[in-house]
Amino acid sequence: MSNSHRRPMHIWLRPVAVWVALVLLGLVSLGAAYLPLNAFNTPLNLAIAGVMVILLWLFLMDLIGSDALIRLIAVAGLVWLSFMFALTFSDYFSRACEDQPGRPAAFCVDQKINRGAF
Amino acid sequence: MSDAATALREPWPDLDRQREGVSVGIWLFIASEVLFFGALLLGYAVYRALYPEAFRIAGAETEVFYGSVNLLLLLTSSVTMTIAVDASRHGMRRTVIACLALTILLGAAFLMFKGLEYSADIAKGLLPGAHFPLQPPQTQLFWGLYWVMTGVHAIHLAIGIAIVGTFAVMLWRRLMPIESPAMLGVATYWHFVDTVWIILFPLLYLVDRS
Amino acid sequence: MTDAAIADVAVDTQPASYLGAGHTLLSWLTTTDHKRIAILYAVSITLFFFIGGIAIGLVRLELMAPRGLFLTSEAYNRLFSLHGIIMVWFFLVPSIPATMGNFLLPLMIGAHDVAFPRLNLFSWYLYVFGAAFTVYALISGGVDTGWTFYTPLSTSYATGYVVAAATGVFVVGFSSIATGVNFIATAHMLRAPGMTWFRLPLFVWAMYTVSMVMVLATPVLAMSLLLVIAERAFGLPIFDAARGGDPVLFQHLFWFYSHPAVYIMILPAMGVVSEVIPCFARKTIFGYAFMVYALITIAVIGFMVWGHHMFVAGQSPLANLVFSFLSFIVAVPSAIKVFNWTATLHRGEITFEAPMLYALGFVGLFTIGGLTGLFLASVPIDIHATDTYFVIAHFHFVMVGGTVSAYMAGLHFWWPKVTGRMYSEAWARFAAITTFLGFNATFLPQFVMGWNGMPRRYHYYPDVFQAWHVMSSVGALILAVAYVLPLIYFGWSLIYGRRAGANPWNATGLEWQTSSPPPKENFHRIPRVDVEPYAYGEFVHLPMADDRTPPSLPSPASGGG
Repeated sequence: MSNSHRRPMHIWLRPVAVWVALVLLGLVSLGAAYLPLNAFNTPLNLAIAGVMVILLWLFLMDLIGSDALIRLIAVAGLVWLSFMFALTFSDYFSRACEDQPGRPAAFCVDQKINRGAF
Repeated sequence: MSDAATALREPWPDLDRQREGVSVGIWLFIASEVLFFGALLLGYAVYRALYPEAFRIAGAETEVFYGSVNLLLLLTSSVTMTIAVDASRHGMRRTVIACLALTILLGAAFLMFKGLEYSADIAKGLLPGAHFPLQPPQTQLFWGLYWVMTGVHAIHLAIGIAIVGTFAVMLWRRLMPIESPAMLGVATYWHFVDTVWIILFPLLYLVDRS
Repeated sequence: MTDAAIADVAVDTQPASYLGAGHTLLSWLTTTDHKRIAILYAVSITLFFFIGGIAIGLVRLELMAPRGLFLTSEAYNRLFSLHGIIMVWFFLVPSIPATMGNFLLPLMIGAHDVAFPRLNLFSWYLYVFGAAFTVYALISGGVDTGWTFYTPLSTSYATGYVVAAATGVFVVGFSSIATGVNFIATAHMLRAPGMTWFRLPLFVWAMYTVSMVMVLATPVLAMSLLLVIAERAFGLPIFDAARGGDPVLFQHLFWFYSHPAVYIMILPAMGVVSEVIPCFARKTIFGYAFMVYALITIAVIGFMVWGHHMFVAGQSPLANLVFSFLSFIVAVPSAIKVFNWTATLHRGEITFEAPMLYALGFVGLFTIGGLTGLFLASVPIDIHATDTYFVIAHFHFVMVGGTVSAYMAGLHFWWPKVTGRMYSEAWARFAAITTFLGFNATFLPQFVMGWNGMPRRYHYYPDVFQAWHVMSSVGALILAVAYVLPLIYFGWSLIYGRRAGANPWNATGLEWQTSSPPPKENFHRIPRVDVEPYAYGEFVHLPMADDRTPPSLPSPASGGG
């Protein structure tokens, strides 16, 4: 139901505050990408992206004000995505380096030692 | 003058329940979209794990300026969208229409920059195929995924703009009540499109910048 | 007591009946009434069923001779691909949910309609246009990739309408997702007062869990097909091995959907059987709570087993082990359901109307299909049996012996409710028995020849298998007759069938508390529920012929009327 007696300022405050946070995080991510952090660049950028998404979902999509059912549904896609990632990578991370192309380079440290059932 | 009476649809018993129902429905759709884009992300993750060096070489060629500007545009559009929805719940008609219009402008600007970015990419010859300029061949996997990921995202954004535009026009001509629960639906969709870009940004534009 | 449709009154021309609310074609094509949309779906999927059936009829005919009879190998490949694509996506996946789910879900929970009626209609249009487009492509020349679209055949080497077929399936996928979204929202938000989750009929639980699967699995299929289109039509390398792509990645993405897809096909079937067996055994379902947990478990674990389709594709042995283990686990809840249906029958007052015959057939054939699935879940056995007729027989036992039998059971069970007419019980029983015999004659020989090495999708085969193929093809002919019979007697019943009362089977469930056919708004007054489901002990059993019963029998059940 409409209630036009609320001060209009109310509906601007939170979204703008979130915007400031998101833009700052975006700038930090962009800037950090140019720092020589080697292996930590990507995890850091993805972590910042993750925080941005959480802020967006909690405060702009209003999950924080939603009931349990909505939050469950919101999370469900991510849970199922985790099944997909986990089981697919169980294949790729365990492929034999020589016999089965498709094993990530980082896992083929030493072919001779890495002989086993898998 | 309240539009509450016309906002209610069959078979809902009351507007609050309908609003909640729309929320359930749109979040279910978002869950399906998470898996839709997630499948692309899985492909990216697998190939990046397999060919980190090739992905570094390929990722260096993306237009980080356009990517960053577009991130800013979409973040801002999410905010205008949020304000539009909150305003709609308070019946603030002019605010709603103004914010929807702003959202459309920001989205259109995104597509414009995307067009410029695509031209720049094509000018550099970054279309996978016989004349691809980078080596090793796995760099074409990155760029194949790039075109699909950004293309599918752009299509989603275009659809969002079309829907928001339709809503803005219908609200303007009073064919749709301001309190319509559908506003929440389109806003949630829009925020999801923004979410995808937030995730694509580091994956496509921040690969090996240091 | 609800408004009654007593047996002799001209029910389906009363303005109250949903069938009477608008007689023009346009009123049907623009309807938002879930009951009419269900019928639109039913007509469409029946059409596609017969197109897919004719295709495989030609294949079975061709296979009667080891070197073929009248088809080129190219045509042969395209026909079995057509059969698979149509049967999986345009018949089995929508079958029970889009027809019976659409019709019954609001009725069973005591609602006026589904949560999003216009989305419901839109889902039908997506289905019809997507399916028509694909069938046109398939008939114009088709694809030879099989329904599985494996790369690099589909992306690089196949001639034919791969992009068109994939596009059509992509579109139909969104019909699935829309239906799933609608059902979940409906189940959460529109249950009648007193209809708590554990008072819901198991069919509703089945619709809910299948919707979960449709919403979460189908998008991955959509993306996998999109990537095939991107590679084939736009030259974007995703699975191209020459540039580092992995064809097995396609299989991961494809089967992530396509395995849950088979649970999309079986969960609704299980829901139907759980409605039919208690009714015709006059006994409450055994272990209601475990039946619910089993549905949920199947729906969730079903997402974790897809790699069992890829044991010989180049997956790592570790992944094979993990997927094999999970595939054994997922059999447990299915087995629990079979035990519970059997326990429901035990000491029941069993009668053998046509729905019950189909449901009993389901239990037996699903069990065989499920057990042979366990064979295939074992990696060493699968290495022997994969890509043979053993696999074909396995999945036809579950999909046809299972799902199609349940679809027929549901069709017969709810026919009086939907149309207000009774079908010919004698002909229906004859068709049910013929189906069972024809089915076994078709597919049991396939287990044998598959185990002995007959590969699937082969046009020419060694002479030693010919006897089995001939047996199978003759069975297929019997099965075809059994499937055509219902068209005839159902059609006949629409015009000459005896008019049905509100509850010809004396069944429990809210759908039987309203007239046959129901009024457009389902219930003149939303009922209040205060009784557990399947309260069959309280009903007095009346023989089926004596269908003069008032719409709702006085019992502790009908509190609110």
